[in-house]
Amino acid sequence: MKGNKEKKIIKTIKIDADKCNGCRACEVICSAFHSEPKYSGNNPARSRIRVIRDPLRDIYIPVYAGEYTPAECMGRDKYVIDGKEYDECAFCRASCPSRDIFKEPDSGLPLKCDMCESDPDLEEPLCVQWCLNDALIYEEREEEAEEEEAQEELEIGLEALADKFGLDKIMDTVARMSVKE
Amino acid sequence: MRYAETGFNLEIDLSRGNIERVETDPRDTELYLGGLGTNAKILWDRVPPEVDPFSPDNLLIFATGLLCGTPATGCNRTIVSTISPQTLLMAFSMMGGFWAPELKYAGYDKVIIRGKSPDLVYLWINNDKVEIRDASHLQGKGAIKTAELIQEELKEPKAQVASIGLAGENRVYMASIEQGRSSASRLGIGAVMGDKGLKAIAVRGTKDINIARPAEFIELCNEVLQYIKVREEKPIPGVMPILAGLGSPQEMKVHDEKWHTENFMWGNARTRRRDFWNKEVAEKWTETLENSRTRLISCYNCPMKCGATLSMPGLPTYMMKCFSKLTYTMAAYSDLDFGFRIAQRATEYGVDGFSTPQVMAFAIELYENGILTDDDMSGMPSDNEGRFYWLLDRIVRREGIGDVLANGTYWAAKEIGKGAEAYAHNNIKKHEQLPLKLSMLNPVYFLMYATGEKINITQIEGQFPQAPFATMEERENFVKDWIQVPDEKFKQYLLDWEFRGENSNPYYPTVQMSCDIVDWQETMHYIDDALGMCAGLSSFPLKPPYHIHNYPKFISSGAGIDMDEAKLWKAAKRYRTLVRANNIRRGMRRKDEKPPENHWKKRFPDLEKKLLDTYYEFKGWNTQGIPTKESLNELGLDYVFEDFEKRGVYSDNGDTPSKETSEEKEKK
Repeated sequence: MKGNKEKKIIKTIKIDADKCNGCRACEVICSAFHSEPKYSGNNPARSRIRVIRDPLRDIYIPVYAGEYTPAECMGRDKYVIDGKEYDECAFCRASCPSRDIFKEPDSGLPLKCDMCESDPDLEEPLCVQWCLNDALIYEEREEEAEEEEAQEELEIGLEALADKFGLDKIMDTVARMSVKE
Repeated sequence: MRYAETGFNLEIDLSRGNIERVETDPRDTELYLGGLGTNAKILWDRVPPEVDPFSPDNLLIFATGLLCGTPATGCNRTIVSTISPQTLLMAFSMMGGFWAPELKYAGYDKVIIRGKSPDLVYLWINNDKVEIRDASHLQGKGAIKTAELIQEELKEPKAQVASIGLAGENRVYMASIEQGRSSASRLGIGAVMGDKGLKAIAVRGTKDINIARPAEFIELCNEVLQYIKVREEKPIPGVMPILAGLGSPQEMKVHDEKWHTENFMWGNARTRRRDFWNKEVAEKWTETLENSRTRLISCYNCPMKCGATLSMPGLPTYMMKCFSKLTYTMAAYSDLDFGFRIAQRATEYGVDGFSTPQVMAFAIELYENGILTDDDMSGMPSDNEGRFYWLLDRIVRREGIGDVLANGTYWAAKEIGKGAEAYAHNNIKKHEQLPLKLSMLNPVYFLMYATGEKINITQIEGQFPQAPFATMEERENFVKDWIQVPDEKFKQYLLDWEFRGENSNPYYPTVQMSCDIVDWQETMHYIDDALGMCAGLSSFPLKPPYHIHNYPKFISSGAGIDMDEAKLWKAAKRYRTLVRANNIRRGMRRKDEKPPENHWKKRFPDLEKKLLDTYYEFKGWNTQGIPTKESLNELGLDYVFEDFEKRGVYSDNGDTPSKETSEEKEKK
């Protein structure tokens, strides 16, 4: 399923944690933008960016919500940087069962940063615009990438099941089910 | 639906262990906005003057401002109101930080504490789940340490904790409530919290705050943010650096302390050291700050960096902001290294960084003048810095002379006698003031000092330059983009203000102009305190992003309350008058409204009388400073008038002696 070579815009946010003053304005504006209707409310618990902060240990790390993961990591790692020990999940972007961030507080559904996707496009994601201390810097670059066809929902689900149970077992089960019907 | 506010208060009765969630009346929000405004109303309704500060019937109210928790930049203040054990008047200390927004997200506008718990407890508010929990294991623990321990035992690192240290537990009159990088320090509200047996309030909230007209509101927020950006790039020329930008005075950022160290008084607000600042001091203090400061930090949703994390070698980390940087240093005639070290201990104890150093310097002065003796000070080390540590420990534990000093200079001087009262020379309404002693009377500052009911000048002043600009060119430049003025006349006041001659202090600004200026300054502070806005982005600095012209729009679109400038000004006047009514009912009169005798060298009794007379009339108060029937009626405060009449307030000129707190009585 190889597609053509395509130019693709990669959107990144450079996080300069040294410049973070810990104010959490990024959380405020993120949750306001993503409320329905837009800006009708705000709630940092719904934000797709969170500042992992521990002021007495001088730990300030803005982290963006990434992919949902259904399972906790096997094993964890701790980082010590400049003498500061970081929580084992501090740099992780996943919405994961091991912690409560990046989940809707009511439903528990996972949250994911969409770079403030909207029509018309915003110049920069709002967390970047609201960070006057330049701890968050928006950058775009072009990359050549092979175009992939988007997977269908069913395919994604099946792939996950195949990972878990093995393709053979899935095929057996499907065969058995179709006989029953 | 309620907008910006949640519409619910938490009522906690610590005597009975009762917890209630009570819906509030939206009409009160329209009349008194929120924060300080509605606090003043609740205290008026529920805490009559017969109630002592340490009575179980005294309320301790932790309030969020009306716009706290919304995206409005810098709106994060917690307004704590109660009756002060030190002044015996209404206290409303405030703190920034992260606590108020968290309470909003938990679904409450205020936490109203009444009663007294027999054992030390803390309150855990986790959205709809509210618990009174045992705090016996936290007894005697530092305020910052307490917050850490509570977060650990709740396994909730995101909980925001406001706590007291040992000083609050021991009902020290200068006890503060600490919260991370912020504290509500003035007027002894930490002592009331300790008296109630409440060690801390931990909050965690994950609910939404709603905005009435989202598009309009966010547009205003963006304008403010944009203005801050531009304003920070254009500091105001011709004023001292800490007044040139926005935010609290940027004490954690600056190294050059020439202005403070040479203009503010050292010791017990006594000595001006004109040639103190030199290269050697500058180098040493720069080193101290550079080596201890790990980061400049802010409060919730604010781009400023008014605070800092400080780690002094060998001591636990703590956080500091503003002028606490120098208060201990200057009270002890010491250096910054000492100031930062003792402030760490003082922060854990939870004491006010303004009053406490002054009380200690006062004690040293009494000792040096033979009023306090070796008997009183038995055990005190002989070295200067050691004495301050020793005094701090005694005060916070209320041991020996510390038990007397723990009541602040006013009450301590009374108790010590032997002429000690002359040494408690820097108080207004029984409360220690910034150590400033100046030469020429400034009519605007005279009025603010005299009539301010926050009883702390930095929480009253702002907006209008503290001194004239030297040249007309500078003045014209300043007024050019001065959009914050409520009326164009203020520009002319400034243009005509000179250093010397007819149009200079004390007779210029004229009495009428002074009234206008003070009214503007004070009104902006009162609006901030109801909305929960930090004075550092509004009423304190020159040319702030928030002002009387955009505030009504914030309230209309944010809270959905129909608001314009006149209506907002009137609302602020209404609850400002209600604060005064609370105090009048507690005996405050004209005689209490005076700056320290020695605040200025050059005084003008006739002018001062005229200033006060005119200002009282301007505010709708009679010659005793009591709001008149007409002015109360105009503000819809007829219920205040009725109460005043019933109590015979208008015929009482304040000759009755000051009351003492229940604790004072207990001792005798």
